[in-house]
Amino acid sequence: MTKKIVIDPVTRIEGHAKISIYLNDAGEVDDARFHVVEYRGFEKFCEGRPFTEMAGITARICGICPVSHLLAAAKTGDKILAVKIPPAAEKLRRLMNLGQITQSHALSFFHLSSPDWLLGWDSDPAKRNVFGLIAADPDLARAGIRLRQFGQTVIELLGAKKIHAAWAVPGGVRSPLSPGGVAWIRDRLPESRATVKMALDLFKNLMESLTTEIEQFGHFPSLFMGLVGKNGLWEHYGGQIRFSDSEGNILADGLSEDDYQDYLGEAVEKWSYLKFPYYKPLGYPDGIYRVGPLARVNICSHFGTPEADKELQEFRQRAGGVATSSFFYHYARLLEILAALERIEQLIDDPDITSQRVRANAGINQLEGIGVSEAPRGTLFHHYKVDENGLIQKVNLIIATGQNNLAMNKTVAQIAKHYIQGTEVTEGMLNRVEAGIRAFDPCLSCSTHAAGQMPLHVQLWGADGSILNEVYRN
Amino acid sequence: MSVRTLTINNIPVAIEEGATILEAAKEAGVTIPTLCHLEGVSDVGACRLCLVEVENINKLLPACVTQVTEEMVVHTNTPKLQEYRRMAVELIFAEGNHVCAICVANGNCELQDAAIQVGMDHTRFPYRFPDRHVDVSHSQFGIDHNRCILCTRCIRVCNEIEGAHVWDVAQRGENCYIASGLSQPWGEVEACTSCGKCVDACPTGAIFRKGTTSAEKQRDRAKLEFVVNAREKQEWTR
Ligand code: SF4
Ligand code: SF4
Ligand code: FES
Repeated sequence: MTKKIVIDPVTRIEGHAKISIYLNDAGEVDDARFHVVEYRGFEKFCEGRPFTEMAGITARICGICPVSHLLAAAKTGDKILAVKIPPAAEKLRRLMNLGQITQSHALSFFHLSSPDWLLGWDSDPAKRNVFGLIAADPDLARAGIRLRQFGQTVIELLGAKKIHAAWAVPGGVRSPLSPGGVAWIRDRLPESRATVKMALDLFKNLMESLTTEIEQFGHFPSLFMGLVGKNGLWEHYGGQIRFSDSEGNILADGLSEDDYQDYLGEAVEKWSYLKFPYYKPLGYPDGIYRVGPLARVNICSHFGTPEADKELQEFRQRAGGVATSSFFYHYARLLEILAALERIEQLIDDPDITSQRVRANAGINQLEGIGVSEAPRGTLFHHYKVDENGLIQKVNLIIATGQNNLAMNKTVAQIAKHYIQGTEVTEGMLNRVEAGIRAFDPCLSCSTHAAGQMPLHVQLWGADGSILNEVYRN
Repeated sequence: MSVRTLTINNIPVAIEEGATILEAAKEAGVTIPTLCHLEGVSDVGACRLCLVEVENINKLLPACVTQVTEEMVVHTNTPKLQEYRRMAVELIFAEGNHVCAICVANGNCELQDAAIQVGMDHTRFPYRFPDRHVDVSHSQFGIDHNRCILCTRCIRVCNEIEGAHVWDVAQRGENCYIASGLSQPWGEVEACTSCGKCVDACPTGAIFRKGTTSAEKQRDRAKLEFVVNAREKQEWTR
């Protein structure tokens, strides 16, 4: 008899999702699916709006990484204006993205994921959250919260709002950083760096005890995609697309976002609203690739800043070259925070950062534009077609979580196979399946469930469609 | 010129014959919420925000277009008026498509100000979600009919101050919209001098400078009054 286990909703990720696990006659896990059951239709309701509004509209797709959409929209807008933005504007946009990476990764690491490994997989779910963490390790929790606040403040200093700052605009940005802002950032940098160092030490110490997780949480070969700069430098804003494999071979390099349709296919499955992008030359689903911190760290040759490069060496030693376990996403996030902080330090010393020449003005000079940027969770593409007056005719967004869709499904299946036997559904097992998903820090919509545990509903289905077992977690 | 005496919220006022209740209230230091009223152009009584109660008159009167009479007893802030004003603002929101979060006027919008003024926190009426469009055919400006509240300020400034008469109200009832020229794309209306007065006049984010993004619309709210005073009273400073 075939059975199906449903986990709905998945907790401590951004948004709502549901997991179905299919058992075969022998009660072993056959397959698993990660469904995204929410449909938000952003692409549709952008139609007919002036393209200048896209930054503001798409930034509202998510309250966790609005900056990413803002930047991708602004870069797409630059293409429609057909302008090269002032150098100061590019530096300022970069600064904001680095603040974003810092705050988003800090949220994922400290608030959402660390309770699992610091408090224990099988610990009381009511306390397995950031509040439990505050009780157990107040110093770490506080440092994590302050690190996130640092990143958010960088965004706020630039955009005047922590979230949804429509500050990056087609042609550049609205305003530079104030000298007061520079001083604030400089002042808080040492503490932020100390926090990442502490987190890195902690994580590395824990790794010995996490060998099972490293083995089971989405450990499989796949391609990795992301932006890299000159000579393979770690990138988060500009550069060009690179694909490399689990052996570290570069499959494609120097790809332009303009040609994304040549190398990215998008498959649709009727059980999920999330599209399934794949690397076209390898077909679907063999063209599975991962994006985000793990991918960026794997594909780049170096960070270009001293501390982060030192850590990168150690990372590669520990991973044995290319890191193929999705559990390493957490580790990669810490490396990226460190790199972001080092780059922020360089940027605030640049006189351009307070320059007033930050916005290029132009009319509609191209009817189509494709922009790309690295969101904390991975590469983000915006593609607009506009009419002669700049009204949106068509929008396509390729978001990071979508690109990790195939990998997330594979991860869930792998974890389920390891931890589920028979029809017994334990809390710790459910949590591990969720944690596998959380490694990707998927951002499924705009709500945050960082505080506490959400109810969980598990169903066990027989082949005849009857429910054999049902578990509720409140 | 003869003078009329009246009371507004029990404050005695004396004002010249022919003045409106709104003008008298200003004289008495009483603020009445308005939306379609704009200093420097004529009044039309379109928004109904300035409704007042006058003793011995059985209906509510719009202060901006009602002339004062001798011994008039006016009340501007009774519970009944508060309720009606709030309803008027709620209806305006429910009528169009107002997505403030992404609007150019967010934070600098007279409709938002009115909502705050009348204490509206939500609308009790179902949204109509009308199918309206955006016209950005003009080289400098755009009009987003989704955000238009049909106050007709643009029509009046364009006609009375600039003398170009680009705008008119087309259709009627729920199909009403502000039309440029002979209901042509704005960019094709030769009468438009691109002076931008309608941008300053528009209380909402409906008329804007192209390229402005959310919350970026800047308006010089007092500029039109200044232009009128400069022309009529030869006052060149402000
Ligand atoms: S015009 Fe814009 S800011 Fe004003 S109420 Fe409408 S949507 Fe909101
Ligand atoms: S476009 Fe603006 S000024 Fe003209 S009627 Fe509409 S809201 Fe009023
Ligand atoms: S201000 Fe009097 S009706 Fe609008």
